[in-house]
Formats: sequence, structure tokens, C-alpha cells
Amino acid sequence: MIRDITLGQFYPADSVLHRLDPRVKLTGTLVYVISLFLFQSYIGYLVATAFLVSMIVLSRVPVSFMFKGLKAVFILILVTGLLNVFLTPGRELVTFWKITITIEGLRMAGFMVLRIVYLIVGSSIMTLTTTPSSLTDGLEKGLGWLKFLKVPVHEIAMMMSIALTFIPVLLEETDRIIKAQQARGADFESGNLIRRIKALVPILVPLFVSAFRRANDLAIAMESRCYRGGEGRTKLYPLRYQGRDVAAYIVLAVYLAGTICVGILF
Amino acid sequence: MSIIVNHLDHVFSPGTVFEKKALSDVSFKVENGEYIGLVGHTGSGKSTLVAHLNALLEPTGGGIYYDGVDIFSEGYDRKALRGKVGLVFQYPEHQLFEEDVFSDVCFGPKNLGLDRSEVELRAYDALKAVGVKDEHFYVSPFDISGGEKRRVAIAGVLAMKPEVLILDEPCAGLDPKGREEILSLVDDLHDNLGISVILVSHSMDDLAEHVHRILVIDGGKLVMDGEPREVFRHRPELDAMGLTVPEATAIMSDLKRMGLAVRDDLITVEEAKREILRVFGR
Repeated sequence: MIRDITLGQFYPADSVLHRLDPRVKLTGTLVYVISLFLFQSYIGYLVATAFLVSMIVLSRVPVSFMFKGLKAVFILILVTGLLNVFLTPGRELVTFWKITITIEGLRMAGFMVLRIVYLIVGSSIMTLTTTPSSLTDGLEKGLGWLKFLKVPVHEIAMMMSIALTFIPVLLEETDRIIKAQQARGADFESGNLIRRIKALVPILVPLFVSAFRRANDLAIAMESRCYRGGEGRTKLYPLRYQGRDVAAYIVLAVYLAGTICVGILF
Repeated sequence: MSIIVNHLDHVFSPGTVFEKKALSDVSFKVENGEYIGLVGHTGSGKSTLVAHLNALLEPTGGGIYYDGVDIFSEGYDRKALRGKVGLVFQYPEHQLFEEDVFSDVCFGPKNLGLDRSEVELRAYDALKAVGVKDEHFYVSPFDISGGEKRRVAIAGVLAMKPEVLILDEPCAGLDPKGREEILSLVDDLHDNLGISVILVSHSMDDLAEHVHRILVIDGGKLVMDGEPREVFRHRPELDAMGLTVPEATAIMSDLKRMGLAVRDDLITVEEAKREILRVFGR
């Protein structure tokens, strides 16, 4: 069950998106996220949908994988939708007791929900098609210029890559601890809220202990291989732009220009 | 008590690129009071198999019957089952969480819904049975030695009074003395409490010395099932699976090949010693 969390999970496949330079994918995700806030019209959503669908097709990742990530934020989507339905002023549609539903509210709610879904699916395309290590490589190189502003880019990238590599490790560990405690009769599924929260203690304590143990081991392993930060460190596979990356930047530029136009015109 | 494993299949993440067939068509029966060793190479499916025995994993095909009842049927009391089929995971000390040793051992029986005096009595008995020192009962489980932690963790399962005890690599990461202590503890539990034991291990020497029956699993399939002496006769097959035979067996068959007239179906060091002395007429 816990393995189903897709956040930061890489899905191996052989597609154009998988082969793109991670910097392109990072920029692309950023452009896509920004573009979602540039328009308010149906046509805008049509353009964004077309872009998203073609990315999903290009990525060759099963669609069910993309939408799995949505399960985690279902409540957020629901609350956002409902708040917009009830709290947007405008032309009245139905009223009962003190609650009024407006046409504008329904429209707004639909757009907001769609926007959140697109945001999440869009960014999960990036994580599904990019290995954590190439993602952090891309971040480190793409944001290298921030070093001149005294931002510790390498350290941040290293922390991110450690965090990302440990997500599956800790998930597996959690799975194992849950099973071990279930083997001792622990019950995580029944009882009221307080009981359920209390039932988490036998999972969280061993998990924290193991996380600290792993962190300590990793620190020692890094030091014994003379890790001393990013200064002068070379890469086995340095990032270099290819023809397809340039093409992808052009596609992105066209898409961004398109959404800006749509935002102004409609 | 009896466990029947009937044509068990398990496939992880079916239908995706992560699909992995972990078990296929595994069938065997565990009778009351048996002492079984389960061996297999890393990734052969041993741990997946044992997780089915107390219903932690659901099979994708086949079934398991405990005392004749299907444990995966609707409404079957799995919590009670987990009390009867005690599973000690690999590195069980990683599951300790309470403030003191005694409360940690109480966790299992408490979950079974027993009253307080019964819970504490069982915890006391279990800690005694595994040989934890009295002065360690009320210290933090994080402040005791590695070997002691493992005993406490085993006690945590034992306190549920299981009818079958499954131990997944109980000696992993222990020094030779710790290994021998844990194994003789398991022997005691089997002999004195009459518990059936399934010992998962890849040390053939440990198994040869202790268990009465060996199941060999390879690539998710049960490939051998028999008495240790019988199983260890298949040295070439075991070699092909990346497994070995006990050192004593290996030495005796090598000696025989070099022309010494010794029996080569011996499995423990003690047997081998006697046989060599016999050949030399001592």
C-alpha cells in the first residue's frame, strides 16, 4: 500500500522526455506551472490540456501512474473546490438556508480544481521521467549562477539528492516496520482518531531511529571517501545540450507565447 | 496445529514495469512440533513466503490453511492468527520503540486484548525464556547490547504465546557466540515449549546442526523438501542455486574424492570428526 506513493518516483521507459536534458525538463515544468496562471478562459485551458496530453503521450508512462499522485491531495482539491463554489460572489444559481451557489462560483471551482490537477500531473511527469540523480544534476548546473550570490547551490543539490534517494529507502523501511508491528498484533486501521494517532508511535520511533542511523552511516561513508563539497568536483556524465534539447526549448517558448496571447486576447 | 500451503503464488506490482514474480506454485505442509529450516539465495522469495504465513501479504494465487481454515477468507481473525503464528523479522531489534524493555515486550500480548496481569505475566515469562537479565527489564531498549536487543525483540513475539515461531535470519549480524546463543535458545523453545519452528537462514551449517527438515526455495519455487541429510546429498544442484552444503559435508566428499574411504553423507562437524577418527582406526 505504502509503495503506491508516486512522489519523486521514477518510471523507467524509453521516450523522448526521458532522454531530454534535466535542465530542459525543469525549465519546462516551471514554464508550464507559470502558464497555468496566465489565463482565465476556456480556450486557455484547451491549450494547456493539449500540451499536457501530448506530454503524457510522449512520456510513455501509463496514465494511471500520473494520476496516482492525485490521491494524496484529494482532500485539498475537494476543499478548494467547495470553498470556491460557496464563497464566490456573483449571479445566484441556488440558495438554501444561508448558502448560495453562484454561476461564477461553479466556474471558479472548476477552474481551480483543474489547475491543481494540472499542476500535480504536470510536475509528476517531470519526476516520473527523470531519475533523482539527473534531476539534482540539472538543478545544480541550471542554478550554478546563483553561486555568485553566495547561494550554496552544490550543498542544496546534494541535500536534495540525498533526500530523494532516501525516499524509497525509508518507504521500504516503513513498510517493514509496519509489517513487523502488525506481526505483533498492532492495528492501524480501526479505532477513533486518537487511537489511530497513538498507533503510529510504534512506527515512528523505530523509523526515526533508523533514519538517524542511516544518516550517520552515510556521513561516515562520505567522509571516508574524502567528500569535501562541490569545489573542483568533476562529473562522470557532465550535462551537455543536444539538438533535441534546443528543439524542446523552442516548443516551450512557442507554448509560453501562445498562452500569453490567449491570456491577453480572451 | 497444522499449516497447509497450497499452490501459493505472489506477483508484486502486476501489470507494470515493476512486475516481479516472487513466488510460484509453492506447496508444503507444516505439522505440529516440526523444526524446519527454510533456505534460499538472497531474493529467492523466502521473506515473501513467510510474510504470507501470518497473512501480512495476500497471495495473488493459491491459499494457506491454518488448522484447516483458509486464512485469507473474508472475516478471518488475522490478529488472532498473528498471535498464533509468531513472526520474528530480520533485525527484529529495529522494531523496538517503548521506553523500557518490559513495556516493549508487553506490546504484543496487549494487542491481543488480554487483561493487564496476563499481559505482564506473559512478558515476564517471555523475557525469562530468552534469558534477558532481570536488571535490564526496566532500562531503555536502546541502551542494551545488540545481542540483548535481539533477545528482547524475540521475547516480544514469544509473549504472544505462538504455536508456530518463524524466525527470519535470527543470527544476521551477530558474532559467533551470539549466533550460537540464539540458535540454542531456539532449540530450547522448540524442545521445552513444544512450539513448531521455521528457521529462515542461508547458513547450511546452522541448519544442519539444528533443524529436522529443510525446504529449499529458488527463484520463487520450492525445489527441495526433505531431511537435512537427504537435501545435502544434492551438492551440485545446491551449488547451481548459489547455495552450499555444510562445511563438514563438503570436506567429507572432498576427502572421499581424494581416495579416503569415508562416508560422505555426514552433515555435522561432530559426525565428521568421528568418521575421520574411525577411518584412521582411533
